[in-house]
Amino acid sequence: MARALSPRRQLITTIAAWSVALLIFFPVLWMILTSFKTEPSAVAMPPEFLSADWTLENYAEVWARSDYPRFFWNSVVISVGSTLLGLVVAVPAAWAMAFVPGRRTKDLLMWMLSTKMMPAVAVMIPLYLLFQRLGLIDTKFGLVIALMLMNLPIIVWMLYTYFKEIPGEILEAARMDGASLWNEIVHVLTPMALPGIASTMLLNIILAWNEAFWTIVLTTTKAAPLSAFIASFSAPQGLFYAKLSAASAMAILPILILGWFSQKQLVRGLTFGAVK
Amino acid sequence: MSTQSSRLAARMMVAPSVVLLLIWMIVPLAMTLYYSFRFYRLLSPDRTGWTGFTNYLWFFNSPDFWLALWNTLALVGGVLVITVTLGILIALLIDQPVKGQGLLRILVIAPFFVMPPVAASIWENLFMHPQNGLFAAVARGFGAQPILFLEQYPMLSVIGIVSWEWLPFATLILLTALQSLSSEQLEAAEMDGASAFSRFRYIILPHMTRAITVVILIQTIFLLGIFGEIFTTTQGGPGSASTTLPYMIFKQAIAAKDIGRAAAGGIIAVILANIVAYFLMRGLGRNLEN
Repeated sequence: MARALSPRRQLITTIAAWSVALLIFFPVLWMILTSFKTEPSAVAMPPEFLSADWTLENYAEVWARSDYPRFFWNSVVISVGSTLLGLVVAVPAAWAMAFVPGRRTKDLLMWMLSTKMMPAVAVMIPLYLLFQRLGLIDTKFGLVIALMLMNLPIIVWMLYTYFKEIPGEILEAARMDGASLWNEIVHVLTPMALPGIASTMLLNIILAWNEAFWTIVLTTTKAAPLSAFIASFSAPQGLFYAKLSAASAMAILPILILGWFSQKQLVRGLTFGAVK
Repeated sequence: MSTQSSRLAARMMVAPSVVLLLIWMIVPLAMTLYYSFRFYRLLSPDRTGWTGFTNYLWFFNSPDFWLALWNTLALVGGVLVITVTLGILIALLIDQPVKGQGLLRILVIAPFFVMPPVAASIWENLFMHPQNGLFAAVARGFGAQPILFLEQYPMLSVIGIVSWEWLPFATLILLTALQSLSSEQLEAAEMDGASAFSRFRYIILPHMTRAITVVILIQTIFLLGIFGEIFTTTQGGPGSASTTLPYMIFKQAIAAKDIGRAAAGGIIAVILANIVAYFLMRGLGRNLEN
């Protein structure tokens, strides 16, 4: 609903909008700035916005002191793996719900979503014991399964709302022309649904990357992702601000950059297809 | 197009999701229910047996429980009010034709990508820390005493941190809804002499109802289970001042090593979530129709 404004009003709104945006972004910016400072300058009073002596030492030290590549790789495998597996399970379900809806489809969707309302802490011990029994503690496979199930309701719901926008007549036309179910899915449905699937995928990779409960509870060392890596850099005693900031930046930058590059698809995904 | 065979095929396609979620939900829930009626403390392993409702009664008789219940609802309610209100205001602001809108959106969305432990530790250390935090520096700059955020206002501080994390989500959804509003309608209202407030009240707000509903629904699901932010910052303290229901359960399980009590707390939390869900769906469900 963007409308033309007088130049003066446009200047004021531009300044106001930018101030608000910078305010929201400031904590992240401050963390990144701090990560390049020396430890004394990180806690200097009054605060130094632009340090006199920039340094990469914090990154070097965090890199040397911890096995960052392993944590990073675990995060990638767990978030991408759980998302892909989730899509494999959810695409047929969402397809069926969207194109062959029954009387109970809406209720079924709501029930799926309601399973996410169960607080994770409430079922922490049984799940831990179950995972222990199955030998899944501290394995990437175990976390892929756990996070896939955790996000499955959201994946199904998002895909359902996207699929529902595809007009059923197109599928019928393809069928009249003699397309098999396989051809229908590959040549007609998939191209039309691809943007929706991409948005769903992105949002779920981010949700899984940032998941910080099961990833910490169900891992110790081998399969621990970046959320566990950052949790191990606990409560700094005054002089470790720069290193804490560097470690934090290393944990969030990969997903921050991915998110920024795919902003358009992501915003679409964020609305869960429910807002146009 | 729904013939008998395609119905059957559809059921088969939905089945894996349903079965997996049923297992994921029912197995842990059944185990939690079982433990909640058992005496099960890791520190006294040789004493076991059924204890009836003892574990539940412990919660209901503990003053901490009512505080935790209040804190849980205050956290959900507080964050919802803050994010929806600010989200609407910011969405209205950045929907205007401002310069550099793309970059602007990138800045606003950033907190969404910050994982909870990092968000909590940035706020705790770089901002709220009473000696080295930026807020303390600002307070001293004005000659005031630094505020002890996490000691004096633990719950408000946690609500603030979580609101910062969820503000981008609310803003972006509301912005998307706003952008689909036709400008003709607003211009017509303006020409008819409708004030800015009544244009907002009677045209913009009704148009955003569905988006606001989605924000409330999705955020509530995530907010009811908030744990990491409290664990990183206040550890539920000082005392029990910022202990929510999930955190109280965690304390019973990990600190007190009382699995029976933690399980009873888990069942209570599930019941609470169901009550909240029921009222949400009753109050908002019809906004999602069509």
